[in-house]
Amino acid sequence: MAVALPQARKFLLDRQRLQGLMPLVALVVLFVVSAMISRSVGYGREFLQPGNLLNILRQSSYSGIVALGMTFVIIGGGIDLSVGSMMAFVGVLAVATLNAGGGGYGAVALAAATAIALGAALGTANGVIITKGRIAPFIVTLGSMSIFRSLALWQRQGGMIQSQSDVYEPIGSSSMLGIPTPVWIWILLAVAASVLLNRTRYGRHICAVGSNEKVAQYSAIHVDRARIISYAIVGAMVGVSAVLWTARLNSMSSTNFGKDVELDTIAAAVIGGTPLTGGRGSIWGTVIGAIILGMINNMLNMAGVDVYLQGTVKGLVIIAAVLIQRKL
Amino acid sequence: MKKTLLVVLASLLMPAFAVAQGKVKVGVSIPTADHGWTGGINWWAQKAIKDWKAKDPNVEFLLVTADNPQKQVSDVEDLMSKGINALVILAHDSAPLTPVVKKAFDKGIYVVSVDRGLTEKAENVYIAGDNPGLGAQSAEWMGKALGGKGDIVVLEGIPCVINTERVEAFKAVMSKKYPGIKILDSQPAYWDTQKGLQIMENYLQKYKKIDAVWAQDDDVLIGVLQAYKESKRNDVKIMLGGAGSKIMIKKVMEGDPLVKADVTYPPNMIATGITLGVYGAQNKGVPGFYQGPAKIVVAADLITKENAKKYYVPESVF
Repeated sequence: MAVALPQARKFLLDRQRLQGLMPLVALVVLFVVSAMISRSVGYGREFLQPGNLLNILRQSSYSGIVALGMTFVIIGGGIDLSVGSMMAFVGVLAVATLNAGGGGYGAVALAAATAIALGAALGTANGVIITKGRIAPFIVTLGSMSIFRSLALWQRQGGMIQSQSDVYEPIGSSSMLGIPTPVWIWILLAVAASVLLNRTRYGRHICAVGSNEKVAQYSAIHVDRARIISYAIVGAMVGVSAVLWTARLNSMSSTNFGKDVELDTIAAAVIGGTPLTGGRGSIWGTVIGAIILGMINNMLNMAGVDVYLQGTVKGLVIIAAVLIQRKL
Repeated sequence: MKKTLLVVLASLLMPAFAVAQGKVKVGVSIPTADHGWTGGINWWAQKAIKDWKAKDPNVEFLLVTADNPQKQVSDVEDLMSKGINALVILAHDSAPLTPVVKKAFDKGIYVVSVDRGLTEKAENVYIAGDNPGLGAQSAEWMGKALGGKGDIVVLEGIPCVINTERVEAFKAVMSKKYPGIKILDSQPAYWDTQKGLQIMENYLQKYKKIDAVWAQDDDVLIGVLQAYKESKRNDVKIMLGGAGSKIMIKKVMEGDPLVKADVTYPPNMIATGITLGVYGAQNKGVPGFYQGPAKIVVAADLITKENAKKYYVPESVF
């Protein structure tokens, strides 16, 4: 006991560890406040229902999956604005593949593989242009954001694409052990991403690249390769998310599918404690960041906040969540 | 030198010749396809242009799309410098577009303003859908179908004037004619399927009993139907969208137990607008009109199983 106590104190007072816990603190605070606000308007019980909490998790999972990849990109000192448009383009081709393949389980697998491979390829293309072309990631992905959306629109002439499969939608809205499938996939991918970031050489490399490119280069790290891989990862995550969303809706609109995903994913990473300057970051922080964003939306509905003021509340919560962490 | 001069002279005279032969240029400026309905606007604009080209080779069309009002202002300026005779415009926003459209109008270009009106008179014809009509028609039908009693939820569009007009007309009819109907909630789904799904999920958690849903938009209704299906509840009797997409009209036609009606807000109004623009550019009257119209309101028609076939355009994207 006498030995354990100082150790526990040291554990708790370790600044870095404490900072890592702050997103969780922000989530807990938001949860309590949301429950109280919902209660004050008479929907406290409804907010706390397991069904509602599962809804929040599922609503967060689609952007949350992409945010895992975004974390690697931001750690490496980059940014990817094209993810939302990429999701539309990849989604169109995934559903088209599904329909062309006859809509059976084989076709679903083929569509999923196509989406993930295509996403990774498009991400790689972003990464190659950024690193080899020496253009700021903001500009390259701003350009590809416009290209991907336009290709999706052109593919469907501005319309929708509906799946003609009988098995696709049941997969998208299925649950295992009471937890929605997209949430399971999100958790599994988060575990994998966390291992990749914290336990592998690649994880150390991407942190080094983002924290100091020159030093990383002198340490014989393949800077460009590490960066390109980070864009490929976010692309693959876009593919996963596109499949899960289109399966759920059994259709997608080329006009606004994936809209604002880039903003939600960047916000999730930053709320989760990954600084936009790169160099470090936390996968579980990002997961919590995505849940915080999902919870805000849910709470705004539950509390029935004025339509025009919802954006203000959302913006204030995001800023406050980051502020809590910086003030430490 | 002489030769060059001749070429320059000839090319200067060319447009004059073209006009002399009755060739006219019609500029069409519309928003980019940023949600299902504007996707429909883009499709119908292209269809009208194709139809007219087949009918009359002497009409040239210049179609431009803009993703924000600033871009649309420069689009209109570009069209003017290309010497259009008529301008058909669906403004992104009324106020920022009014000055540049007024410039075109004052120059003598025949202006057709579609759907989003301008803040001052700068058009020859204004053609629009009936936003308050859509709200009122929806409320009338829903109130009657529910027998004047029940709890309903509303999913609004993007917070803007169009949305406000629809929602206020809906609420006005409900409170005046059907006081027994209670609007439990009204949240913005931004005319977006994914947002519609999430809001409906939240509504289903929040309210134990919902008799009807007014989604106001057919894209949103796709998400609403999915959320309801997953909830495995069976309390909702009526789901009403709006605008008249082919997916929902098909459901109405096939006798869907939930989607029994729809109310039009047809994107084909841009095609009608283009036709008006062509007649205006050619300085012809509108066939059948003894005097030209100044304002045309396209009806918010109620689509039911009986008349759904009339509104079903399977080849349209919307």
